Amino acid sequence: MAVAQAQAMVPGITVREATPEADADALARLAAWCLWCAPLTAPDPPDGVWVEIAGSAHLFGGEAAMLRTLLTRLRAGGCTVRLAVADTPGAAWAVARFAPRETSPLVGPGQMAAAVASLPVRALRLAPETVAGLAELGIERVAQLAALPRGPLSLRVGRAVLQRLDQVLGHAPEPIAWAMPAEAAVVRRAFPEPISAPATLERVATDLTGDLVALLARRGLGARRLDLSFRRVDGGVHALCVGTASATRDAAHLARLLCARLAEVDPGFGLDEACLAAGRTEPLAAVQGEGLDTGETAQVDLAALVDRLAARAGARRVFRVVPVESRVPERSQRRAPPLAPADGRSWPADLARPARLFEPPEPVQATALLPDAPPALFVWRGVRHRVVRADGPERVRGEWWAAEGELASLRDYYRVETEDGARYWIYRDAPMAEGPRWWLQGVFG
Amino acid sequence: MTSSDPRSVLGTLRARIATLERGSGTAPAPVAYLPFGLSAIDRLLPGRGLQLGALHEVAPAQAAISHAAACTLFAAGILARTQGPILWCLAARDLFAPALARVGLHPDRVIYVETYREAELLPLVEEGARFRGLAGVVGEVARTGLTASRRLQLCAEESGVTVLLVRRAPAASDGAGTTASAATSRWSVEAVPASRRAAGFGRGRWRVGLQRCRGAALGSEPASWLVEACDEAGRLALPADLAERSHPQARQGRAAAG
Repeated sequence: MAVAQAQAMVPGITVREATPEADADALARLAAWCLWCAPLTAPDPPDGVWVEIAGSAHLFGGEAAMLRTLLTRLRAGGCTVRLAVADTPGAAWAVARFAPRETSPLVGPGQMAAAVASLPVRALRLAPETVAGLAELGIERVAQLAALPRGPLSLRVGRAVLQRLDQVLGHAPEPIAWAMPAEAAVVRRAFPEPISAPATLERVATDLTGDLVALLARRGLGARRLDLSFRRVDGGVHALCVGTASATRDAAHLARLLCARLAEVDPGFGLDEACLAAGRTEPLAAVQGEGLDTGETAQVDLAALVDRLAARAGARRVFRVVPVESRVPERSQRRAPPLAPADGRSWPADLARPARLFEPPEPVQATALLPDAPPALFVWRGVRHRVVRADGPERVRGEWWAAEGELASLRDYYRVETEDGARYWIYRDAPMAEGPRWWLQGVFG
Repeated sequence: MTSSDPRSVLGTLRARIATLERGSGTAPAPVAYLPFGLSAIDRLLPGRGLQLGALHEVAPAQAAISHAAACTLFAAGILARTQGPILWCLAARDLFAPALARVGLHPDRVIYVETYREAELLPLVEEGARFRGLAGVVGEVARTGLTASRRLQLCAEESGVTVLLVRRAPAASDGAGTTASAATSRWSVEAVPASRRAAGFGRGRWRVGLQRCRGAALGSEPASWLVEACDEAGRLALPADLAERSHPQARQGRAAAG
């Protein structure tokens, strides 16, 4: 309808220029806004938004509750919307646009055929001329179309119609270009021929890392986690993930971390696409290259070493040990992250501590000549040791604030040296009068 | 000709041989040595000290756990006298960090990595040995082979990181006696009874043996010394009451002659 005709029909009509680009932008913004309720969203121009709610509906108490929440928020934002949930995007599209208002917007699992049966064929997202052609054949409802034999129908109206019908019913896949958040740093390579050789994989990983590092450098970011995924020719995806202990843009270092893990990738019949994403980034300012040699010894940056060790052994297996202010020996140390800032604290220098500490302590049979004297003889692991020299006791009381039942516990530690020169750390867990037991907790060097 | 000339000629020849042994035409990196501070030991070692940027093995002389603990502290004491961060590769959970601090290895300097599989340990040690800037790497291994030790030795020479392999069991318990190794030196440590005359419960006493050392003037028998365990700065000391004993003195004399 021309503007002049509309103005003739409705006097005083407001005319606005159409702005398709601005509409598309707004739709993309709306799709990005919908990310609060689901991980994957995509704009569906001109007037729709896809939201993949698989796995996230239960967070809102089910699909119906989720739709209510979404509807309330969208209405509060001034949008007039209709929502539908279905197994396939096509069915949801059709129900949201063409189903009567009184029908439920929730299409149950596998109920697509029933839900769209009474809808007009336009609900299959067909071109207008196709719809007109079907109307000439007397086909107006989806159910009529679905009842026809496929072969002749395909010849008559083209494959697109059947393709759309199959997509609605879930017989054909429907790819959707999910919107990637703009801030994700991703680089990818597609290969004309499938690759599988380990050396080729390494080169691809190195190249991708170089590209990604350049991208991160432009944005002033450093990578904390990299996700490298390979797509196999048979459709499978193999992904691996490496983390770094601190934000870095060192391409050689990141490439080495990735290459160390490439052995896990099973290329199968070949890989035809590789994609490297910085899954987690942190701001990392540009750094001054080595210009003037100030003569000072630079602080060693251990982050690269920690990353390499973590890639080999696992991140939890790389650590530092820091002091804890506790008199109970096994509680006096604690594991800390490997790059935790050094605070200069150490253990008290005047307390003798064994090089090897048994946790839990091992019971020994000991004989003391006098009450509250160090043992003169003890049997440990079936071997009799005669004590020639002893030192102690060092009394350690239980920490009643740390554990229930330690209020009354008490340990008297003795350092003892046996005939053959070995030095052990032995304790008695109660005063002699109460019939204590003896334990061996450590070995001195 | 002055008397120092033959020595400098020898030094030049040794450097050339070292270059040939490395298999590359480049001149070797300047080698640093860490003296033990005991002339009896240092005079036997080339460079008057333990070569830094090289692989050394420390093994307990006997199977008892106290000897293995002495080896741990011996290695910690060596590294305590260096500067810089240390990587400690653990194979068991029983290492007690306060003991390392007591021989001078501050907890801020040490990063630990643990694994339970022997096959995973040597690659971790090698990662550390390749990393310039570390002062040293300790690997608690059960056994080593010629290939693995050769790799570590080359990494250590390249990066200047001192690598100490601390064996948990004596070499003899491997079955085939002493296994081959490309380590620059091999030490054995044994905890021995303190002197009966010593009052109180003093420092422990070790018998430290130098079983082999590249470039050292060792006699037919491995040299060994009775020493007092590492003090709070990682230093060994000669026992004060051993001055009259002939055993280590004779050993020194023969070593100096050879």
